[in-house]
Amino acid sequence: MATNILEMRDISKEFPGVKALSDVNLTVREGEIHAICGENGAGKSTLMKVLSGVYPHGTYTGDIYFDGAEARYGSINDSEDAGVVIIHQELALVPHLTVAENIFLGNEVRGRFGLIDWNEANHKAQDLMDRVGLHENPVTPVGQLGVGKQQLIEIAKALSKDVRLLILDEPTAALNDSDSEHLLQLLKDLQKEGITSIMISHKLGEIEWVADRTTIIRDGQTIETIDMSEEDSTQDRIIRGMVGRDLEHRYPPRIDHEIGEELFRVEDWTVHHPTQPDRVMVDHAHFHVKAGEVVGIAGLMGAGRTELAMSIFGRTYGRGTTGRVYKRGEEIQTRSVSEAIDNGIAYATEDRKKYGLNLIDNISRNISAAALKKLSSRGFINGHEELSVAEAYRNNMNIKTPSVLQLAGNLSGGNQQKVVLSKWMYTDADVMILDEPTRGIDVGAKYEIYTIVNDLAAQGKGVVVISSELPELLGTCDRIYTLAFGRITGCLDVSEATPEALMTLMTQDKETASDNDADAKETDR
Amino acid sequence: MTGIANVRELMTRNLRQSGIFVAFIAIVALFAILTDGVLLSPTNLTNIVLQYSYILVLAIGMVIVIIGGHIDLSVGSVAALAGAVSAVLVIKEGMPWWVGVIAGILVGVLAGAWQGFWVAFVGIPAFITTLAGMLLFRGLTFRVLDNISLSPFPSEYSKIATGFQNGLLGGDGFDVFTLVVFGVAVAAYFVQQFRARKAAIAYKQTVGAFPLFLLKLIAVAAVVMWFAWQLANYRGLPNVLIILAILIIVYTIVTTRTVFGRHVYAIGGNLTAATLSGVKVKWVNFGIMLNMGLLAGVAGVIFSSRTNGAQPAAGNLFELDAIAASFIGGAAVTGGVGRVTGAIVGGLIMAVMSNGMQLMGVEQSIQQVVKGLVLLLAVAFDVWNKKRAGGR
Repeated sequence: MATNILEMRDISKEFPGVKALSDVNLTVREGEIHAICGENGAGKSTLMKVLSGVYPHGTYTGDIYFDGAEARYGSINDSEDAGVVIIHQELALVPHLTVAENIFLGNEVRGRFGLIDWNEANHKAQDLMDRVGLHENPVTPVGQLGVGKQQLIEIAKALSKDVRLLILDEPTAALNDSDSEHLLQLLKDLQKEGITSIMISHKLGEIEWVADRTTIIRDGQTIETIDMSEEDSTQDRIIRGMVGRDLEHRYPPRIDHEIGEELFRVEDWTVHHPTQPDRVMVDHAHFHVKAGEVVGIAGLMGAGRTELAMSIFGRTYGRGTTGRVYKRGEEIQTRSVSEAIDNGIAYATEDRKKYGLNLIDNISRNISAAALKKLSSRGFINGHEELSVAEAYRNNMNIKTPSVLQLAGNLSGGNQQKVVLSKWMYTDADVMILDEPTRGIDVGAKYEIYTIVNDLAAQGKGVVVISSELPELLGTCDRIYTLAFGRITGCLDVSEATPEALMTLMTQDKETASDNDADAKETDR
Repeated sequence: MTGIANVRELMTRNLRQSGIFVAFIAIVALFAILTDGVLLSPTNLTNIVLQYSYILVLAIGMVIVIIGGHIDLSVGSVAALAGAVSAVLVIKEGMPWWVGVIAGILVGVLAGAWQGFWVAFVGIPAFITTLAGMLLFRGLTFRVLDNISLSPFPSEYSKIATGFQNGLLGGDGFDVFTLVVFGVAVAAYFVQQFRARKAAIAYKQTVGAFPLFLLKLIAVAAVVMWFAWQLANYRGLPNVLIILAILIIVYTIVTTRTVFGRHVYAIGGNLTAATLSGVKVKWVNFGIMLNMGLLAGVAGVIFSSRTNGAQPAAGNLFELDAIAASFIGGAAVTGGVGRVTGAIVGGLIMAVMSNGMQLMGVEQSIQQVVKGLVLLLAVAFDVWNKKRAGGR
């Protein structure tokens, strides 16, 4: 039996208003590849940030033992000194510096007089690059290399720090198949050299291939750790662990309402990456929503959910976008945001603080921001009318604030989301696309948001809810599309949908996806 | 919900905005004492208005640029070019004075359109575009003037900035016309305030307590009428003050009541959120820069009129005064926050300080040090206040 290199015991971490981790236990054996699985927001990344000292000792409760000794990291430097290196999903490389400069950034090779010895540095970099199988010149600027190669540079950088425990946060999320395979093979090779790895991943096939053991985290708690060599350690078991939870009383009952005619349809929608034109982010996607219907789009991180929505909403994401959009059977154009709004489409963004609200302006002006046309004549705004509109929404949507003149930045997440929804409702949109409408808000406020979604449907609007939380979709939607790697992989009626069935479709890779595509289209009609 | 806001609530809600008025009054009082009242004499008050009017005109445009999240370093050069073109047409070519005025303003508009094109449609940051513009328009000014100064303008032209409206209604030792104009303005202000309050109550909004409201109106009226009395005791109503008053009223309305103004705040506050709310960001940015050019043109005409000629080096460092006025007046460095009235008060703080120190005979070098420190402290207060309020 191998010894444990890492033990995390009863780790709890709270953010204002949210308990991100509660009594999480994680044990990693020396020399293994350990996968961590869970839905978005389950607490995987938080746990890794606790481990690597991003959240320093004292900001969480519980104990960490690394290599038999208690670890109290005050910063990321402390954990790196101990040999724990984390590679984040968003790579931390400086694009204009060379490969060698990046590898030794903050850890420069010193020669005489404390100056950097570039010959030695480049030479050492070449050795490290050989180890990770990166065949490039060490003086090439990193920005000229693809994401797959950049990922390898991150690993080379970790190796330069004498890494013992390597943590990778969704390392293959942005990689194509051959790059992914190369990276995973590298992890296996490093394993032979005695390096232990923790890998957060959504791709169950990969986990099955490389991981020795898998820990499943859900809602900030450890569900179980599975030995992947056991016979019943199937993908189904992981999926069950990731999604299973009590659904009762967390969603308002659906009001009986008529589902009417088709309201909105997207066909053959393809979107390319804005800076890497050959990368397809959304691949011939199609969906429709009827009046009074709530339709879900389920997909994991990187599946192309936001890319799909934003490209439809005034081409605000991507380039080379092709496809057709229909409203009540007529083809419409959505080339700019104002055109989309004029056509009755609204899009409430995923990150409301960054993209949805002007936090340094007041609630009233945020609510009116997308529909100033309604409040103005000949370019002049009716300020009194604006305030009474805001007051009306404050009452109807139950926005908890002493005054609509408060800054939006002072509101809690749930109330901010109500402001965003008010803003789009005031545009009189009949198609509402809500991207992660309940992310980062507490359970009580979530219930209120779901109630609002129900009300919107009851008013005959078509609502599209994008979410990675399956229970949320199952609790609020009439129909759910699944999106994986830019493709619609299925469409299930809520009566026949189960978390397991959805997760299977959401993790489906390209080969199987194309087989099922025909079926999916069938269901869609 | 109808409610009555108390004094403390009003103060804390608008600490930044009201703080600036308090600071202004304190500075005026300080220098009035230090100069034995000379600061507030009829002659000197008139001088302050004449001497700093073009900075205030620039500050109006600059605060809008800053609210939009940009900066304009070229306004001094643009103003110089506007004055130069006007001088060449009027002094050299002998054209009527109003041709010079129109041409000067047109030069500003063209310069603004040029810079707006690069900022809005090509996507060059305003800092770079206007740094280039600063060199470009300065060079053109030298070119247009052939490296020499031109003067004098005909008297109609120089009266724009140095002339007065007076004597129309007579008066013994003081100008009745000035008092009447100010009296009408104060009456209009009262009517506007009362109507706004009535509308606010009709729309069920929180308003200040009535005695407090009345007190504020009377205080404003008293200060304004005292100022009018001082002006009337010297030479009457300066033309340039009329121009300034019109600009302040127009741009206060533009920033607070129009869709364009709202969009400027929106893109400065959160560019992505504004884009995703359907704001036509490019056109708004173009409009911001175009407007700055227009006002730089106006400032150029006023300055050339005041100096009664055009000099190749005119308007040097005007941009820094205008930027300083905006920030002292409460505009946020990151954009999205600011007020035209704030920028005007910020400009007046700079003006009163410069003027007061000149009256006291403080050395030029010390004056610069003091102005620099005031700017730094004003922005430090802003940062501190944001931390206190936001806690983020």
